Amino acid sequence: MGKEVLLIEDEPNIIEAISFILSRDGWRVHSHANGVDAADVVRMRKPDVVILDVMLPGRSGYDILEELRSDAATRSLPVMLLTARGQTKDREMAERLGATRFMSKPFSNAEVLETVRTLAAEA
Amino acid sequence: MLGIKQAELAHQAEISPSYLNLIEHNRRRIGGKLLSAIAGALDVDPGALAEGAEAALIAGLREAASAEGGAAELDRAEEFAGRFPGWAALLSEHARRVASLEQTVETLTDRLTHDPFLSDSLHDILTTVTAIRSTASILVETREIEAEWRDRFLRNINEDSQRLTGASKALVRYLDGVDDIDASMTSPQEELDAFLGRHGYHFERIENSPGDDPASWISETEIASGSSSAQTLAIGFLRQYARDAAAMPMGQVEEAIKTFGLDMAALAGALRVELVPLFRRLAMLPTEVVGTEIGLATCDASGTLLIRKPLGGFGLPRFGAACPLWPLFQSLSRPMVPIRARLVMAGRGDQPFETYAVARQVGTADFATVPRFEAAMLFHAAGRDKVTPQPVGISCRICPLTNCDARREPSILSQGL
Repeated sequence: MGKEVLLIEDEPNIIEAISFILSRDGWRVHSHANGVDAADVVRMRKPDVVILDVMLPGRSGYDILEELRSDAATRSLPVMLLTARGQTKDREMAERLGATRFMSKPFSNAEVLETVRTLAAEA
Repeated sequence: MLGIKQAELAHQAEISPSYLNLIEHNRRRIGGKLLSAIAGALDVDPGALAEGAEAALIAGLREAASAEGGAAELDRAEEFAGRFPGWAALLSEHARRVASLEQTVETLTDRLTHDPFLSDSLHDILTTVTAIRSTASILVETREIEAEWRDRFLRNINEDSQRLTGASKALVRYLDGVDDIDASMTSPQEELDAFLGRHGYHFERIENSPGDDPASWISETEIASGSSSAQTLAIGFLRQYARDAAAMPMGQVEEAIKTFGLDMAALAGALRVELVPLFRRLAMLPTEVVGTEIGLATCDASGTLLIRKPLGGFGLPRFGAACPLWPLFQSLSRPMVPIRARLVMAGRGDQPFETYAVARQVGTADFATVPRFEAAMLFHAAGRDKVTPQPVGISCRICPLTNCDARREPSILSQGL
């Protein structure tokens, strides 16, 4: 069975597109659209890679990342942060909070696929 | 300090607590017996005690000097701190306070210029574009795709493109400041823009009686319910409008346009006026008189926009400074030299615009006062001919141009849009 990617994103058509390209590459993809309990879902599912959107209903991706990094069980989990805000301060914020990768929207499918492969290989 | 109360330490060192307080805050330099006595009471090395305080003071002075551009004698900071410890501490403290206040101003400015509607709209647009791009790539790049998936993706693209259309229209409407401008008004200038926008920048009352002072009838207009600052701005604007109308009656301008078209130099010559008032006048006349819709931006020597009459496709910034590539700002460095340029607004379609700009000194020149300047830029849609338009933006924050040497700050639009 392939490795699992947990996609925390609230935009249904982005979820569908990313799920499709990753599934075709042999990944198991589980998606979650709510920020409030996203960190619990990460701890419960123990995915190999997390793709985390910043603007989520209920709780910001930054907050979720901060919680994951403060927990020994998820401290080194590969997390790719997605955001429509690609300014330097956003990148700096992502780095400071411990994002493994930062990707600004709009991104290409090839870019997402390549990054997930790299993150899983590095883990 | 190491568990000893200030009063007790002062007693042991045989000085008053207030004098010890001055020493602690680097207002008094200590040495010799006093330094040894304090160091003894604290059970620390006298050298470390003196060095620590002095080093901090000297570092503070160096920081103050570097912040002010390095005019101070840096190599004599130690001597200055030694001879005038009180003044040195005061200077250092003031420099720290200035830096802290500057940071506060920067934070507040950023908060003011960061427009939540704009930010949310662009986020929505970028998210939708991401979904479309990703889905379209799948359809193009996946060789064998099941019919069910293909149909689903086509449906998604259709939904997203409709959503994108709606979001883009809302954003353009907002940037053009045409509809619902009242909902987000924040300044007297914006109140004035809304007032002028509602009147189409044209006032029949002034056209018919340019001699009447607008201050006598402004209370009959809707701006009377606005802020007093907005009313003051409106009176100033309408008085200028009245002076321009008296100098260039609408009938005369119409006749001149029939003869010379929009040849600005010929119109100025025929009407015997300078270009700046001519631009203002043309922008205040109905489209049927001028022959095309006219946009106008005027500014003072600081580059602050004073009149902002937008045109569909050529937006003017509602917050912050405009694009420095505009001929309006180039004209400020070459007063009295008219500039004509063909522009296209980056990221807002391929409609080219003809722009005319000129700057001039305002008031009478004399040796006692600083000269004031004003600049005006008139623009209208141009035909698509062989002239290659120069791409410009609205303002850096929402400009998609990459590799622009004039960029002041990163764009909200991330790379690749």
